[in-house]
Amino acid sequence: MAVASKERVHDTKPVNPRIKSFKEFFKRLRKNKSALVGFYVLSFLFLVSIFGAIDANYNLLGISSNATSLTEKLEGPSAAHWFGTDHLGRDIFFRILHGMYITLGVGFAATFMGAFVGVPLGILAGYYGGWLDTIVMRVMDVLLAFPGILLALAIVSVLGGSTINVTIAIAIGSLPQFARIVRGSTLTTKKLEYVDAIRALGARDGKIIFQHILPNIMSPIIVNTTLFIASAILSAAGLSFLGLGVQPPTPEWGAMLNDGRNYMYQAGHITFFPGMMIVIVVLAFNLFGDGLRDAIDPKQKQ
Amino acid sequence: MTTFIIRRVLQLIPVLIGVSILVFSLMHLTPGNPAVIMAGESAPEATVQAIEQRLGLNDPLYVQYWNFLTSALQLDFGTSIRDNIPVMSHIQARFFITLELAIYSTIFTVVLGMLAGIVSAVKRYSISDVSLMIVTLFGLSMPNFWLGLMLIQWFSIELGWFAPTGWGNMDQIVLPVIALGTAGAAIVARMTRSSMLDVITQDYIRTARAKGVKERVVIFRHALKNALIPVVTVVGLQFGYLLAGSVLTESVFAINGLGRLIIDSILQRDFPVVQGAVLVIAVTFVFVNLLVDISYRMLNKRVDLN
Repeated sequence: MAVASKERVHDTKPVNPRIKSFKEFFKRLRKNKSALVGFYVLSFLFLVSIFGAIDANYNLLGISSNATSLTEKLEGPSAAHWFGTDHLGRDIFFRILHGMYITLGVGFAATFMGAFVGVPLGILAGYYGGWLDTIVMRVMDVLLAFPGILLALAIVSVLGGSTINVTIAIAIGSLPQFARIVRGSTLTTKKLEYVDAIRALGARDGKIIFQHILPNIMSPIIVNTTLFIASAILSAAGLSFLGLGVQPPTPEWGAMLNDGRNYMYQAGHITFFPGMMIVIVVLAFNLFGDGLRDAIDPKQKQ
Repeated sequence: MTTFIIRRVLQLIPVLIGVSILVFSLMHLTPGNPAVIMAGESAPEATVQAIEQRLGLNDPLYVQYWNFLTSALQLDFGTSIRDNIPVMSHIQARFFITLELAIYSTIFTVVLGMLAGIVSAVKRYSISDVSLMIVTLFGLSMPNFWLGLMLIQWFSIELGWFAPTGWGNMDQIVLPVIALGTAGAAIVARMTRSSMLDVITQDYIRTARAKGVKERVVIFRHALKNALIPVVTVVGLQFGYLLAGSVLTESVFAINGLGRLIIDSILQRDFPVVQGAVLVIAVTFVFVNLLVDISYRMLNKRVDLN
């Protein structure tokens, strides 16, 4: 069945502007300076993180991030070790670079897993309504009753601490956010006249959802995905800091902070630099996400 | 209003049942036999059986859940695997410390956040607005545990102004409250700013100015009252995040609260204590949200009660 031309049936505008081309999107993004800064910082950090992901020993410039040195323990920042060394004499700068892929990887993986399940749940609940909507949203209400890091903490307490389990725990915690936002957008989109018209023309539910609803609710999904990565990174670092996430000697930043807090009196720099990096990464995601929202989803603008 | 409150309370029932099922399942979703995990891999068979016996792990699941639910309703969460002390007395001793921490942090969050938000909105696009918004962006992006570590580094270790650990004295309270409350203050500041900006552009504010009301009165008496309504919701949510966030802050500052109890119990695989403490925080959060919803309706008379 051919879909009628947009002009004829479409007299109510979609709620969110559709992203028609990457070029147009980037043009709008470029107008927002802080978003651009976030974008460039993130691109740079991604490039850096590739080295860490492909080389377990992280042998960059001849210095390994895993090399311990008994003679260089707890040294402050110097020309040889930009961020100083930790309690085992490992170079903190290289450990941070090495650990970049874990921080970014867990943040992305957890968020995409959450979106992968949460978005369909939200669409189904919003599109079909009825008992399906009630059940899905009640379950989401239950998950929302565990504020912040508590749900992830409870899940990790069951699964045990590891990189994968932390990712799963944070992904489950993100479900209600995605489901709620997507459900809301689906509800408003499906009421638009052109969706009615397409249905009247005999289009199936699957076609309506994938070709007409999904493209129109993409902007809030993209914006919230970006912003959620920031909070996923914070949660993951928090769990590792508590010793319940990524386990040492993996150079995860939260775990490094946990290592360093026993040496705060002798060597405060161990706890300074990994945390500073977390701030930079999360800040970049927040800047980029805020900018994205302004560029592609102006309705949500604060 | 009464109908609204009754309906809102009734809506809590399925949520609370769901919460109790989730917390109950924690122990049963563990890969392997929970009794073995709690006793330790190398524990003798008799110890494992004793734990199974005590927790009723051999009963059918629905019997176990029913027992869990009925005792939880009587505030009985069983006894700790480690020291045989009732879970409730563990929780009682620590709940009020965490509650205190969360309440002080909420006050800090609200006062600082609203002040910053009002200043930003009133002096829109000024240097103070721009710099406040940059500071709030940093506040949002900072892990509260790292901020805690930095505060200890600067104000306890280097300057010696505050105690680095513990809870109770004034010099022990200040740093944890700042560490825990800063992110929330940033959120409240941004919310207050945008809400104030919405209100300031409305007709009745222009009318008030036109009839010659002083700017200060316009801002505080006319604008603020309406601008704060949406902020109330955020504050309620923040209280929940502060309750949960105290897990990290308590760990940093070695505060003997509920959060630390959860962490210690997870590390020691003391599931009854984890279940009890998690349940208490979740239920507290659910009821705080109820209060927030009700006060939101009371404040905002324009909201349709249906």
